[in-house]
Amino acid sequence: MKMVDRTEARQYDYFIQPPGFIARHAGDFSKGLTALAVLIIAGMLFIILSNIFYNGVGTISVDFLTRPPENGMEGGGIFPAIFGTVALVILMVIAVVPIGVLTAIYLQEYTSPNSKVTRLIRIAIANLAGVPSIVFGLFGLGFFIGFIGSSMDSIFFDSARPVWGQPAIIWAALTLALLTLPVVIISTEEALRTIPVELKEASYSLGATKLQTIVRVILPQALPGILTGGILAVSRGAGEVAPIMFTGAAYYLPYLPSKLNDQFMELGYHIYVMATQSPDVEATKPILYGTVLVLLILTFMLNITAILIRSKMRRARSYG
Amino acid sequence: MQSYDFKPKSKVGEFIGEKVISISAMSALVVILLIFVFIFKESIPIFTDPEIQEEASVGKMVFKQEYYEGREAKWSWQPNSDVPKYSLLPLFLGTLKAALVAMLFAVPLGVGAAIYTSEFASRRMREIIKPVIELLAGIPSVVLGFFALIVLATSVQNLLGLTFRLNALTAGIALGLAVVPIIFTVSEDALSTVPLSLRDAASALGANPWQVSLSMALPAALPGIAAGIVLGFGRAIGETMIVLMASGNAAVISGSITDSIRTFSATIAAELAEVVFGSAHYNVLFFIGSLLFVFTFLVNLGGDVILSRLKTRLQGRLE
Amino acid sequence: MDNELAKVEEDVITDTMQNPDTEKVDFKMTVRDLSFFYGSNQVLFNVNMDIRENHVTALIGPSGCGKSTFIRTLNRMNDTIPGTRMDGKVILDSKDIYEIKEVSTLRRRVGMVFQKSNPFPKSIFNNVAYGLRVNGVRDKSIIAEAVEDALKNAFLWEEVKDKLEDSAYMLSGGQQQRLCIARALAVRPEVILMDEPASALDPISTTKIEELIRELKKQFTIVIVTHNMHQAARISDHTAFFYQGVLVEFGKTDKIFTKPDKKETEDYVTGRFG
Repeated sequence: MKMVDRTEARQYDYFIQPPGFIARHAGDFSKGLTALAVLIIAGMLFIILSNIFYNGVGTISVDFLTRPPENGMEGGGIFPAIFGTVALVILMVIAVVPIGVLTAIYLQEYTSPNSKVTRLIRIAIANLAGVPSIVFGLFGLGFFIGFIGSSMDSIFFDSARPVWGQPAIIWAALTLALLTLPVVIISTEEALRTIPVELKEASYSLGATKLQTIVRVILPQALPGILTGGILAVSRGAGEVAPIMFTGAAYYLPYLPSKLNDQFMELGYHIYVMATQSPDVEATKPILYGTVLVLLILTFMLNITAILIRSKMRRARSYG
Repeated sequence: MQSYDFKPKSKVGEFIGEKVISISAMSALVVILLIFVFIFKESIPIFTDPEIQEEASVGKMVFKQEYYEGREAKWSWQPNSDVPKYSLLPLFLGTLKAALVAMLFAVPLGVGAAIYTSEFASRRMREIIKPVIELLAGIPSVVLGFFALIVLATSVQNLLGLTFRLNALTAGIALGLAVVPIIFTVSEDALSTVPLSLRDAASALGANPWQVSLSMALPAALPGIAAGIVLGFGRAIGETMIVLMASGNAAVISGSITDSIRTFSATIAAELAEVVFGSAHYNVLFFIGSLLFVFTFLVNLGGDVILSRLKTRLQGRLE
Repeated sequence: MDNELAKVEEDVITDTMQNPDTEKVDFKMTVRDLSFFYGSNQVLFNVNMDIRENHVTALIGPSGCGKSTFIRTLNRMNDTIPGTRMDGKVILDSKDIYEIKEVSTLRRRVGMVFQKSNPFPKSIFNNVAYGLRVNGVRDKSIIAEAVEDALKNAFLWEEVKDKLEDSAYMLSGGQQQRLCIARALAVRPEVILMDEPASALDPISTTKIEELIRELKKQFTIVIVTHNMHQAARISDHTAFFYQGVLVEFGKTDKIFTKPDKKETEDYVTGRFG
């Protein structure tokens, strides 16, 4: 084999040419461009949040949070909307968390990942997550009010006035529960997946049944994930308006909801109506901004709590 | 050797427990089916009831109609006029316009941010960016719609000298912001699950870090990014509050994005309150709902199929 | 009270024994023509073995030879893995373990200690008490007594008696493993299966565990998987040599290690491969 003379080799060494301008800077260029994307997103987020905060913080006061509206929404407070929102999500959580957790347990502990049933359920969950919120509203109207509610009325009552077949906080809560079901399932599943199989084997080897293992070992370990799912569901439920527009939310009520078939005021719905249907937008602007700020703070606190729990859970997993 | 009174397990308890769990698990399936059934059910008269079809048949919803004698045939959505008009075309175009404007904003921003986060950002940066995006995702759409209506519309109108304050562009920008988190999350996930072994192979051949990112990782993650875009598009089509508040709600057919529009979802939201139960209008609104449901169903199925194919492809290579 | 105790215990045993009076139970467990499959992949081929009561039976062989899979068939732990299949029979005190109505009953009688210690994220006390509670023991004083007994039997009591409420994760690796042994002992099994119980431990902890095994065999029947031949030679009475899913040779430990019948066995124990 002929050894290539060094000087000769250099002529043909096209691998070691100094890179051109583009090659040298393409990396920095891409980095700069994509960093710009991040900055734009962060910037817009900042603009929105600061605008709302700046314009709304002046309205927030103890009165604002504890008094009902006055003067056709130009004064007073938004307490009924806060109360209605809280009542709504409490009902929603009672409905969605048990079913979501049990579904996640079924998928993780009772079926194999490739079985037909598992895949079918997962497809259903993914699709449920993508259904537009207005479609949930339609469903709430057509199913809960038009079918379940009407049927209850014809079975239990025979007055002409509808009792359950009309917009009510229970139907709105159930509609929202369906909408947030995927959130709870996915969060619980994430927690269940982190449970090492050795713990389950230890339990079985001591003579525990599957149900006992679930109750005594698995669920306690999965609690942070379940909590995260519940909090995220609440945050989502408190912010969605389209599903409750026709299933129970109202703009002004002289009473607070006290029965399951009462209507209710709600923060998100309040914002929507005030912003689009106020006769005098300028006059209601302070209250509007204040309400938006309250809703935003509420959602953010919930989300941040959920994020913190989740990251603690992830760090604990790698340690424990 | 002392023994303890071990009690035999309660078989009944175990059986009931398992049944409760498996029945609950079927809930997701049952709900999807129920949604489809009940929404479609209320739109069936369009296909079966001749009286309803007088007003609104499938043909009337799709094709040009000559509503007034002697006047030109048009596509028009005016359910509440003397001569009710149910053409879906203006709504369809409106939905498409808003979604396209949204994607125009969301795709470069979302994918770009995902690339930065996954390929160029330091670990600390990553731990700041991801929560920021999650915070954006956590903003309720009614708040985004509010912002678009009160602040963005004025700014955009002043900036570009527009006639209509509420239009497809304004709504589209806000809609884009709502969609960015989905695109970002799925794309970033796709990029970060490109196996280290593939990246190492590229480095070992002499590629520098950005070459590895752009010429190796990005193409490998492309299906995942595509899935993210598809899912984002689905969300843009179905989103309600933002367009309801900021798009002007005018069912007009025009090519310009600075005109007001009306989308499918906003139509349902705006008109369902006033509609008479059982009327043609009522049926048509539910029909629109069915269309939305079917469309997002297909979009999600498509996105999932792409994602799972990507996973098996990348993981298959790892073995 | 004693009568009730005896009766319940008898019920449990009768469930798992065919003919307590007529059959002379020589061997605690018997394995007949056992083959095992992961999906379509066969990993155990026609294994036959008799396990004597109150003896230590060691399973040795190179990695991947199937000894872990084999030991897990004895308490049906492989049932928790989807896609597996077993042919042949495993008999505990004259009854086929697959004819026991509740598999949890079997697992109470045939306990297991795993290679990597796996205490629950609970206190030391609650770890040991777990097995008692899931098997229906409610009386707090009985549980306390049982926990103390189990910890003493596992040579751990002195080290933890003052910190029973501490998390189990505070213990060292060797202590955690002895905790898992105590946990298994608490439910009064008859057979204890150990899958390389000391392989993740330092030499001192290993010695403690070997000492423990020698004590335990007086009350229990022990089957132990180990890749450490010297350990097998030290503590076991019988040894089974597995190779690629086949039980090559099974006999008294002395014989296996000094004058084995098969060449493969001799090659393995003299270190020519593995």
